[in-house]
Amino acid sequence: MSKSQSSDEGVKRTVRTTVWALLGMVLFTIALVPLYDVFCEVTGLNGKTATSAQVMSAQERDDTRWVRVQLVTRSGTGLPWRLEALDQVIAVHPGEIAQARFRFTNTSDVRSSGRAVPSVSPSQGARHFRKMECFCFQEQWLEGGESIELPLVFQVDPALPADIQTLTLAYTLYPMSEVVAQGGYRE
Amino acid sequence: MASESTHAVLQPNVGTAEQHGHHSAQMPTGIMRWVLTTNHKEIGSLYLLFSLLMLFVGGTMALVIRAELFQPGLQYVQPEFFNQMTTMHGLIMVFGAIMPAFVGLANWMIPMQIGAPDMALPRLNNFSFWLLPVAFGILLSTLLMEGGGPNFGWTFYAPLSTTYAPPSTSFFIMSIHLAGISSILGAINIIATILNLRTPGMRLMDMSLFVWTWLITAFLLIAVMPVLAGVVTMMLLDINFGTSFFDAAGGGDPVLFQHLFWFFGHPEVYIMILPAFGIVSLIVPTFARKRLFGYASMVYATASIALLSFVVWAHHMFTVGLPLTAELFFMYSTMLIAVPTGVKVFNWIATLFRGSITFEVPMLFALGFIVMFTIGGLSGVMLAIVPADFQYHDTYFVVAHFHYVLVPGALFAILAGAYYWMPKWTGHYADETLGRWHFWLSVIGVNLTFFPMHFSGLAGMPRRIPDYALQFADFNMISSIGGFLFGFSQLIFVWVLVKAIRGGEKAPAKAWEGAEGLEWTVPCPAPTHTFETPPKFVPEVDSPSRH
Amino acid sequence: MIRLTFAAFLGFALLPVFGNVHASSINTSSGWNMPVGVTDISQEVFHLHMTILWICIAIAVVVFGVMFWSLFKYRRSKGAKSAHFHENTFVEIMWTAIPMVILVVMAIPATATLKKMYDTSNADIDILVTGYQWRWRYEYLGEDVSFFSNLSTPREQIYGQEARGDFYLVEVDEPMVVPVGRKIRLLLTANDVIHSWWVPDLAVKKDAIPGFINESWTRIDQPGVYRGQCAELCGRDHAFMPIEVKAVSEEEYTAWLASKRDAAMAEAQGADREWALDELMARGEGTYNTYCAACHQPDGKGLPPIFPALAGTGISIDPNARQAHIDIVLYGKTGTPMPAFGTTLSAAELAAVITYERNAWGNDTADSVQPAEIRDLLGSQ
Repeated sequence: MSKSQSSDEGVKRTVRTTVWALLGMVLFTIALVPLYDVFCEVTGLNGKTATSAQVMSAQERDDTRWVRVQLVTRSGTGLPWRLEALDQVIAVHPGEIAQARFRFTNTSDVRSSGRAVPSVSPSQGARHFRKMECFCFQEQWLEGGESIELPLVFQVDPALPADIQTLTLAYTLYPMSEVVAQGGYRE
Repeated sequence: MASESTHAVLQPNVGTAEQHGHHSAQMPTGIMRWVLTTNHKEIGSLYLLFSLLMLFVGGTMALVIRAELFQPGLQYVQPEFFNQMTTMHGLIMVFGAIMPAFVGLANWMIPMQIGAPDMALPRLNNFSFWLLPVAFGILLSTLLMEGGGPNFGWTFYAPLSTTYAPPSTSFFIMSIHLAGISSILGAINIIATILNLRTPGMRLMDMSLFVWTWLITAFLLIAVMPVLAGVVTMMLLDINFGTSFFDAAGGGDPVLFQHLFWFFGHPEVYIMILPAFGIVSLIVPTFARKRLFGYASMVYATASIALLSFVVWAHHMFTVGLPLTAELFFMYSTMLIAVPTGVKVFNWIATLFRGSITFEVPMLFALGFIVMFTIGGLSGVMLAIVPADFQYHDTYFVVAHFHYVLVPGALFAILAGAYYWMPKWTGHYADETLGRWHFWLSVIGVNLTFFPMHFSGLAGMPRRIPDYALQFADFNMISSIGGFLFGFSQLIFVWVLVKAIRGGEKAPAKAWEGAEGLEWTVPCPAPTHTFETPPKFVPEVDSPSRH
Repeated sequence: MIRLTFAAFLGFALLPVFGNVHASSINTSSGWNMPVGVTDISQEVFHLHMTILWICIAIAVVVFGVMFWSLFKYRRSKGAKSAHFHENTFVEIMWTAIPMVILVVMAIPATATLKKMYDTSNADIDILVTGYQWRWRYEYLGEDVSFFSNLSTPREQIYGQEARGDFYLVEVDEPMVVPVGRKIRLLLTANDVIHSWWVPDLAVKKDAIPGFINESWTRIDQPGVYRGQCAELCGRDHAFMPIEVKAVSEEEYTAWLASKRDAAMAEAQGADREWALDELMARGEGTYNTYCAACHQPDGKGLPPIFPALAGTGISIDPNARQAHIDIVLYGKTGTPMPAFGTTLSAAELAAVITYERNAWGNDTADSVQPAEIRDLLGSQ
C-alpha cells in the first residue's frame, strides 16, 4: 500500500481518538446504571422510593386535604411466607406522620429470609412518599412458623401534587435465601 | 460456487499490469486467498455475499412465520418454535443482513468515492468480516441446543431474556458481542478512512452523500454499540453470576433494561437507514440527470437525525408507565424527527423536478424506496402521538411501520445500490428485464405483505403471536400470500447477480450517463487496486456541492 | 407505480366491504380500523387517530402527487432536458417551517388527551391486575374478591380438531366484571415477566411489570363484553392469555361481588371434610388442565429443559418427596416460571392437583393430600 506518511499519522490519530470515544461510551454505559437509580429517586420515575430511611420533613401539616394511602402486598415466588397489610387503607394529611402495620409469617418450619420490595403508584408521587422506618430497607429473617408484626412509619410530603389523591404502595416479597423447603427438592 | 470461478469473476483483473508489484509470489491461492484477503473490494464482496446468505436465512424464517399465520390455529409449528423464529428473524435481518450489507457497500465504494487505495486498516477489515460468520454460526447453532434458541423477541426484554430464558442465552449473548465488535471495528475503519485518506483537495463538504451518511452512521455505531455490549453483559451477569440489574427481587429494574436497550436501539434504527439515504441520494440525481437538490441541507438533515436519535428512545416504551412529562418530552422530540426526514424526501423530489428522467432498475428501486419509506415515515408520525400509540403499540400496525422503513426502505436501497454498482463490481450491467421483474414482483409482494398489517394492527392484533382471533384471518392470509411472493422474488436477484458475474452487456468506466463521482473514473470492473496514486480532484468541477 | 400503489390502497380499502371480517368482531372496530370504543377516552383517541391519519394521507397525496407528476412530466423519453438549479433557500425554509406548524397542530390535541388519560384521581373502584405466565389475576381491593382469568378456548379448536367459535382465543372462564358509569382505577403488576394489559375498546394498554406497579383508569358507559389480549411478548403462550371485561349495571355488579364471596366461602369450607381419592383426582384433573397443562403439558411430559416433566420422574413419583412436592406447588420456585399457587388457589384445588400429579399418568404413588392439610400448612387466611 502506498499510503503517504501523513495519512498514516492521521489514521493513527483517528484510531486513538475513536478508541478513546469508545472507552468513554463504555464508561458512560456503566455509569448509566447508578445514574438511572439516582434519576429515579429524584424524579420518582417508575415508582421507586428511597432505599434508606429519610428524615422527617419539617413542613407544616396540610389539614386542608386528605391523601388516601393504599397498601398492597404480594408474595413473590419461592418463599414460604405470607405478608399481610394489617391496615389496607390509611387516610392522612400531607405532612402528618403515620404508621401502617404489616404481618410477616413464615408458614414453613425452617428459618429463611426475604425482602419486601416497594413500588409506588402513581410514580410521580413516589418521591413525596417519605419513609422514616421501613422493613424494606433490609432483609428479614424468620424462624420456622414465626410470625412478626413490622411497622412502616411514613409521611406524605405536603409538596405532593394536588391532583394525586390516592397513593398506592405495593410490597412484593422476594426470597433472599434458598428456600424451597426441608428435604428440599433440587434439580 | 467453486472457488476458482469466484476467484476469476469477482476479481477478474488478476494478472493485469496493475497487479505486478503488489502481490508477491507467495500470495495464498484458493480459499485461503479469500480468508486472508485485505483488499477492500474482496472484503466488500465477502460482506455482501454473507448478507445475501443471511437475507435468505432470515427470509426463510419469515416464511415459517407467515406459513403458520396463513390461517388461525396451530398448524405447522408450536408456539415455542414460533417465538424462536420471530426472534431469530429479527436478529438475523438486523445484524446479519442489513448492517453487513451496508458495511459491504461501504468497503467497496467509500475508498473508490474518496480516491483512496484501500481502507485505512486493511487487516482489521479482514478480522471484522470474519467475526461475522463466527457470530452467526453461534447464533444459528442455538436453534439446535436443548431448550432451543432465543425466544424472547429481537428486543430481548428482561426478565423474559434472563430469569426465564432458555439455557442457550449465553451463546446468544456471545454472538451479539462478536457482531458488535465487528461493527465497532468496521466503524473505526470507516471513520479512519474517510477522515484521512481522501484524495488531496477533497474537503468534507465535497464528499458524496453515501460517504457522508456512512461517516455519521459510523459515529452512531461507536456511540451505541458499547451500550448494547453493556446491556448484554449485564444480562450475562444476571443469568450466570447472581447480579440483579434487571431483577426487582435484588433491587434491580426490568424497565432499566428497556431504557438501555432503546438508548442503543433507536440510533440502531438510523444506522440501518442513513446509508440508505446516501445511496438514494446518488441514484436519483444520476437518473434524473440533474444535480442533487440541497446537498448541504442533506448533510445537515442527516446529522440532525443522528443527533435527535439520542433523545427519542423512550417512544418505544410509551406504555411502560413513564410520568406524563416524560411521555410529552419523548412525543415532541419524536415528532421533531419528521422535519429533517421530510427535508430529505422533499430534496429528492426537487431533484426529480425538471430533470431528464429514465427508469433503469436502480432508479426503480430508488423511487420505490422514496414512496414506501415515506409511507413508513408517515405511520411513524402516527406512532409518535402517545394517546394513539397506546392503541398501536405492540400491534401489527407497528410491524407494518417498521417493515415499511426496513424492507422497501433499507433493503430496497441496498438492492438499488447493488444494481447501480453491479457494472463496477462485475464489469457487466445487470439484466434489465430480470431486474424489472425483480422490482415489480418485489413491490407487489412487499405491499401485499405489509399493507394489510396496518389494518390487522388497527383492528387489534398483537404482534409476536402464533395464533389469532378469527377476525384477523383475511388480512393474515393476504399477508402470507404476499410474503411468499416477496420471498421467492428475491431469488431473481441471485439469478441476476450470477448472470452479471458470468457475462452480459459490458459496461464502460462511466456506466451510467448521469453518474458523478470518482468511482466512475476507473474501469468496469474495477481493477483489484485502484487509486494507488491519488486522483486529481478539483472541487469547483468535481464536488457535489460546487456552485 | 402510481397506479399500482393506489390500486393496492383502494383494493385494501374495499376489502372489508366484501370480506367477512365483521362476522366475529371482538371489539367495536370496523375490522380494519381502530375501534371507536365505549369510553370517552377511547372515542377521543379514535378521533385523534383519524385526524392524524387524514393529515398524513393529505401529506402523502401532495408529496406523491408532486413526485409522480415530475416523474411523468420530466421523462427523458418525452424529450425532457434537465434544469440546472440545485438549491433554493426560500423553498428549503418553507418545507422546514410548514411541517413544524403541522406537527404543532397535531401535538395540541394529543397533549390534551394524554393529560386526561393520566388523571387517575377520584376513582370509585380499585382493581389490582396481575399478569402471570399465562393468565391474568384480578383482585378487587377492599372487596375481598380475587380470581384468575384463564383462556377458555379448548385445545381442540386451536389444533383444528373442532370448529372454532366466534370468540376463538378471546374468551375466558372468569371475566373481569365492572359496573358501568363508575371510574375504575386499574393497578397493574406481574408475577414473572412483563405483560401488557390491553383492551382496545377501552383504549387502555399498560405494561404489567414484575415488582413494580403501574396504573391506568377507565369508565365504561355501555354495558357489554369487551375483549383484549396481552400485548407484550411474555413467553410461549403469549397468544393465549386474553382479557374479557364485562360491564354490567350497578345492581348486577353488587350481586356478582356477593356471589364471588359466597363461592370463595363454599370453596374454603371444602377443606373441612375428608376427600376421597377419586374425588381429589377428578377435581385435580380440571385444576391441572387449567393451571398446569400449558407448561407441564396435559400428558405430564413437560417441555424440558424449561418445563420439567411430571410423569414418571422427579418429585411426583418420589415417595420421600411428598412434602417437597407440596412446597413447590404452594410457594413456587425462584428463577423459574413456576409460580406460588399457595396464595391464589383454594386449599381444595391445591390438594387435588398435587394428588392428581402424584397419581396420574402412571405415577401411582397412591399418595393423597387432603385439603385440610394444605389449609393448616398455609394457616388461616
